[in-house]
Amino acid sequence: MSVGLIALIVLGMAVVGYVIGRSRSLSLAASQDRRLHSLPSYYGQAVALFTAVPALLVLGAWLFVQPIVVETRVSEMIPESAIPEGGALSLVMADVRRIAGGLDALMTSAGLSEGDLARMSAETTNLRERLGGVGVALGSDVSAPVFEAAKAMRAANNAGSLAMTIAVLALALVAGGYMLSRVSPDMRARNISETFVKALLIGASTVAILTTAGIVLSLLSETINFFRMYPATEFFFSTVWNPQFRGGSELGIIPLLWGTFYVSFVALLFAVPIGLMIAIYLSEYASKTVRSLAKPAIEVLAGIPTIVYGLFALITVGPLLRDWLAQPLGLGNSSSSVLTAGLVMGIMLIPFVSSLSDDIINAVPQSLRDGSYGLGATQSETIRQVILPAALPGVVGAVLLAASRAIGETMIVVMGAGAAAKLSLNPLEAMTTVTVKIVSQLTGDTEFASPETLVAFALGLTLFTFTLGLNIVALVIVRKYREQYE
Amino acid sequence: MNMYDSPEREAKLDQKATKISARNVQVYYGETHALKDVSVDIQDKTVTAFIGPSGCGKSTFLRCINRMNDTIDSCRVEGTILLEGEDIYDRRVDPVQLRAKVGMVFQKPNPFPKSIYDNVAYGPRIHGLARNKAELDDIVERALRRGAIWNEVKDRLQSPGTGLSGGQQQRLCIARAVATEPEVLLMDEPCSALDPIATAQVEELIDELRQDYSVVIVTHSMQQAARVSQKTAFFHLGNLVEFGDTDQIFTRPQDSRTESYITGRIG
Ligand SMILES: Nc1ncnc2c1ncn2[C@@H]1O[C@H](COP(=O)(O)OP(=O)(O)OP(=O)(O)O)[C@@H](O)[C@H]1O
Ligand SMILES: [Mg+2]
Repeated sequence: MSVGLIALIVLGMAVVGYVIGRSRSLSLAASQDRRLHSLPSYYGQAVALFTAVPALLVLGAWLFVQPIVVETRVSEMIPESAIPEGGALSLVMADVRRIAGGLDALMTSAGLSEGDLARMSAETTNLRERLGGVGVALGSDVSAPVFEAAKAMRAANNAGSLAMTIAVLALALVAGGYMLSRVSPDMRARNISETFVKALLIGASTVAILTTAGIVLSLLSETINFFRMYPATEFFFSTVWNPQFRGGSELGIIPLLWGTFYVSFVALLFAVPIGLMIAIYLSEYASKTVRSLAKPAIEVLAGIPTIVYGLFALITVGPLLRDWLAQPLGLGNSSSSVLTAGLVMGIMLIPFVSSLSDDIINAVPQSLRDGSYGLGATQSETIRQVILPAALPGVVGAVLLAASRAIGETMIVVMGAGAAAKLSLNPLEAMTTVTVKIVSQLTGDTEFASPETLVAFALGLTLFTFTLGLNIVALVIVRKYREQYE
Repeated sequence: MNMYDSPEREAKLDQKATKISARNVQVYYGETHALKDVSVDIQDKTVTAFIGPSGCGKSTFLRCINRMNDTIDSCRVEGTILLEGEDIYDRRVDPVQLRAKVGMVFQKPNPFPKSIYDNVAYGPRIHGLARNKAELDDIVERALRRGAIWNEVKDRLQSPGTGLSGGQQQRLCIARAVATEPEVLLMDEPCSALDPIATAQVEELIDELRQDYSVVIVTHSMQQAARVSQKTAFFHLGNLVEFGDTDQIFTRPQDSRTESYITGRIG
């Protein structure tokens, strides 16, 4: 029976359980002449939940575990000799899986019985051709052990599915029946749904946390692989980034980090003062109408895809800076430069800074402004001496969040600053960042298990550590600031 | 409608100049008519108390006197208020300059998130009242002493003002307002968060300030009004019901509403 069908049956049983549970609670209450602890629908829900939830959980777990068990069992059947020179067990197992999957189609098309299949052997039949006929294309002839393994896998899978169907349906029946037998006017059915809702919510947050942990762990394990092949000291302290296809690469992160921080710095240098001034204008000076128009207009900037910013950098800003700044000053003639990427990224970050700072400045209590005005201070004195100092921690938090955004940005850098790893102070020269190199190393055509590819994970982890640190600092600062007025 | 004696005669009686003269002041918050046709004369070197039930417009009127209502968008003020004969709502008057002359202590303590010292030094710095650090130190100390808080904070002038207790914060705000040497000091329930000892000290300060300034104090304590003020104004539902000598208001009120209020029957 297919998985979807099983799930549907379980859900159907849950619906039936709901109806029975509800009516049973009502009839019990009537016959015993007592008030129900909960509304009748809660009794129905309790029965339905007990029917569906454990059964579906087991179904999910089974689907996850069965392939692993079958795979390990079957792979034991493959002798060393069946693994071709230079190949791996995993490649052979992939074949086994495909043949096992194709066998059913083969049986129906050729009208074979189970007995026929058992008697069939790799020596007597041209399996490659026959499987090809039912749409399973194989790279090589099927050897006897592989074919036997495939037959064993198919048998194990079939047995497993049958056992799964029985187990899941039985569990649904037993658990649902148990709950139904417990239904009585005293039963706290409301609390059961409450617990279920809580478990559901916890489950949802666990998914998010586990995903994060999973991402970090996978980064970490590949990074460890990388450091087995490439010395960590070279990676962290070498000032040369020069990957080679044929080995002997120099993979020093310093030029990339330099590029990353240089571009981010230029971007923040641009975005922070402008964003802050916008925030001050909007929150302190602008009239309601101006504010209601200007704020969304500025936030539109945040909605522009970064690739569009990239285009703007590539086509407009880059050539402009080259023709009007770099060449007249004799500082180079590349249209991609740190300044180009930094400027455009700065534009992208303006709404970040302005919008967050605006909220923070607005959160400064009116009573502080009153206090300052009441002492005869002007508006700008009040802003400079009372409001900004009060809002400063929050503003710093906003800037740090913008910084972590800048560090992670890729598209604008590729199109604005180029892809050449360089250590230079000249802002009009092309440089590149960590993110750009992650993309180019992973999409290159080197083998996956080479340091040239795996370095991407080490780069990713380093970057992640930086942005995580920035985010934590920002959050701590912002939280501290919140406490001040509560 | 207003039941007080004519201001001219009063001025003659106690020989004190009129500091603030309000005529037909109306205040609207959007559609709400918060203050209705208030006319009053506040004398120099006098403590004037505003009393009345909550929401009757005492703070609103106080805020008219130093144009703090300008900072509320929905607020509209009509009528005239003269400070030493000059219309403070005149186009040529700079509200910033006005507020330096008419200081204010707010109903809720609002110290700046700065050190205690910087809180008090804020006004003198803005207005350039001190030529050097030593002078500024003097001003700060004097103000803190007058605010009856010097002994509690003299060892921690550099710690944040927001870290003080509610009552200490209120006295810090009083010190902050006094430090700018205003001619008129408006105090909105300055003692609502204070214990009896600090209250007595603030009342002493008010009495002392009366030598040079004109003080307007909003209070919910009849005893306090009776103790510190020479003039009392009773507000009710946005109207100025009665205004006169404190003695007279508390012993022989003219209006039945005033009498009910001070004897505790309305409020
Ligand atoms: N910012 C504002 N916006 C709208 N209405 C306001 C505002 N401030 C005060 N009001 C209204 O004006 C009226 C008078 O308020 P005000 O603060 O002057 O009262 P009060 O006499 O000081 O009261 P309390 O003794 O409680 O401080 C009230 O009805 C109040 O709701
Ligand atoms: Mg008030």
